[in-house]
Amino acid sequence: MLGIALKMLFRDRAKYAMLVCGLSFCSLLMCQQISVFCGLMMWTTATVRNIGAPVWVVDAKVEQANEVIPMRQIEVERVRSVPGVAWAVPLFIGMEQARLADGSFQNVQLTGLDTGTLTGRPMEMRAGRIEDLRLPNAVIVDQVAVEKFRKKGIKIQLGTTFEINDKEARVVGICHAARSFFGQPYIYTTFDRAMEYTKPTRKQLSFVLAGPSAGVTDEELAARISRLPGLRAITKDNLFWLTVLWYIKNTGIPISIGTVVILGIIVGIAIAGQTFYLFVHDNLRFLAAFKAMGARMPTLAAMVLLQAFSVGFIGYGIGVGLVSWFGSVVLVKEQPPFFMPWQVPTFVAIVIVFICSFSALIGLIKVARLEPAVVFR
Amino acid sequence: MSNLAINVENVVKSFPAGDTRTYALKGATLDAKFGELLMIVGPSGCGKTTLLSVICGTLKCEEGRLTVFDHDLRAMKEGQITRFRCENVGFIFQQFNLIPTLTAVENASVPLILNGVSTAEATRRAGEVLEKVGIGEKRHSYPSQLSGGQQQRVAIARALAHEPRLIICDEPTASLDAATGQKTLDLLKSSALQPDRCVIVVSHDNRIYHFADRIAEMEDGRVTGIHNDPKNYHHA
Repeated sequence: MLGIALKMLFRDRAKYAMLVCGLSFCSLLMCQQISVFCGLMMWTTATVRNIGAPVWVVDAKVEQANEVIPMRQIEVERVRSVPGVAWAVPLFIGMEQARLADGSFQNVQLTGLDTGTLTGRPMEMRAGRIEDLRLPNAVIVDQVAVEKFRKKGIKIQLGTTFEINDKEARVVGICHAARSFFGQPYIYTTFDRAMEYTKPTRKQLSFVLAGPSAGVTDEELAARISRLPGLRAITKDNLFWLTVLWYIKNTGIPISIGTVVILGIIVGIAIAGQTFYLFVHDNLRFLAAFKAMGARMPTLAAMVLLQAFSVGFIGYGIGVGLVSWFGSVVLVKEQPPFFMPWQVPTFVAIVIVFICSFSALIGLIKVARLEPAVVFR
Repeated sequence: MSNLAINVENVVKSFPAGDTRTYALKGATLDAKFGELLMIVGPSGCGKTTLLSVICGTLKCEEGRLTVFDHDLRAMKEGQITRFRCENVGFIFQQFNLIPTLTAVENASVPLILNGVSTAEATRRAGEVLEKVGIGEKRHSYPSQLSGGQQQRVAIARALAHEPRLIICDEPTASLDAATGQKTLDLLKSSALQPDRCVIVVSHDNRIYHFADRIAEMEDGRVTGIHNDPKNYHHA
């Protein structure tokens, strides 16, 4: 009878198409919006992922990775004095303006790496060598800088120069870095030169990056450093989640994205639920005939469930497939934000199962209440 | 085996109607024999279809005695009745009730599949029955591609496919013109009626009364008369 059920479904083309379209749209909307949300949250943690140090030391009041409360440079030495610290280096992160050759400005995120070790260096160099960062006035720009400057009519290549606070910056490398939430290009230089590029203030140290000695975990090290007055040490993973949670709590992003996701669920339930209800309702006479002919309730329930979950499976496949295709297209350009971990399609699958179960339940209630004798009325 | 296929004695069936109950059957008594076509006739609302529903087990009666092929249907549980119906009863409905999205052969194979026959075997056997009722060439047509008479033939094939012992027909000619109605009853009698089978037809159509072996006349929830000479029966 399951084969009969599928034939009844697939050959009722209008309702079948409506059901599949509704569930595809619902899957697409939810999957795409949640993936965009995840992508946005990944952007907020770009600094953490780009630098990649195991333990980050910040001012005690700092709540997330994009919030910088400058510290004194002496804090590096204080961190180094903590037992279990294998290494500790300074890191500068600050917003500056780059002045281009034609006189226009571009906001950039200046990243000053420890001059000796270049800890936090970009993971992928597309042109030039990272070691050249130690040359005079040397900077490395990311792919976003290349894009942004190109839009302003300037082709960035090795040897290109621009100014930061009236000081020359010469491009010695082009790297690829995770895109930041605000979309500013990353300009890498050494910590010492970053101090030259920025206006002098009493406190200029943004972060201290630290690593544990053998036998000490990141968490243990962070706990030990956090005992220092005025400092807070956070492991990379914790900083990642603190940042994500901060944006969830303090911005309207989850509400706006969540609204669309809920809309997707409502649309899915409305379209799929209603259409499936109509489908079952239209077939009630025939289901009653099956009942009269001796079909038992479990058989009819299996038929209805198979029909509901078949359209659910197909709709889900189309919806998530389209989102995957969309993702593969946007990932090349890294815009709009898009990140689809396995949890996203799993969540969408659960919602679709819920919608199908809900739709099937409505149909099953009708079928269960159906008296076989109605076929004679 | 007794020659009595169905024995209905003083059967009562009522339906709720607000605070009271409406009695559709008020002590109906009826017998049907193997190898006969019994027609139940009577005015609208006299309880013909309710009696038919009670006999085939789609409705449970409240009082009386009901024996079908030596099975006491009142003593059987719901699941047992469903199983009994699946194995022993073939249905021909007034509106045919053919599934519009299934072909003729797929429609006819449904009772076989319900009885656990594989889809391939059910299709083969349903095809044979369609040939028998003269509509084999339309086996792959959908109901919407068939005329009323052809649809009723498919419905007859579906009722006969699993070789049930009881064929229940509810107003089989109501949706057909006179000539097609005559042909349908002719076909039903020739193909369905066997010595080990019983066919019960409920009908308003006095043009087909002569196909019956006996006629049971109903009025106000009771069987008021049995006529053994249908050819000379004239309903009042």
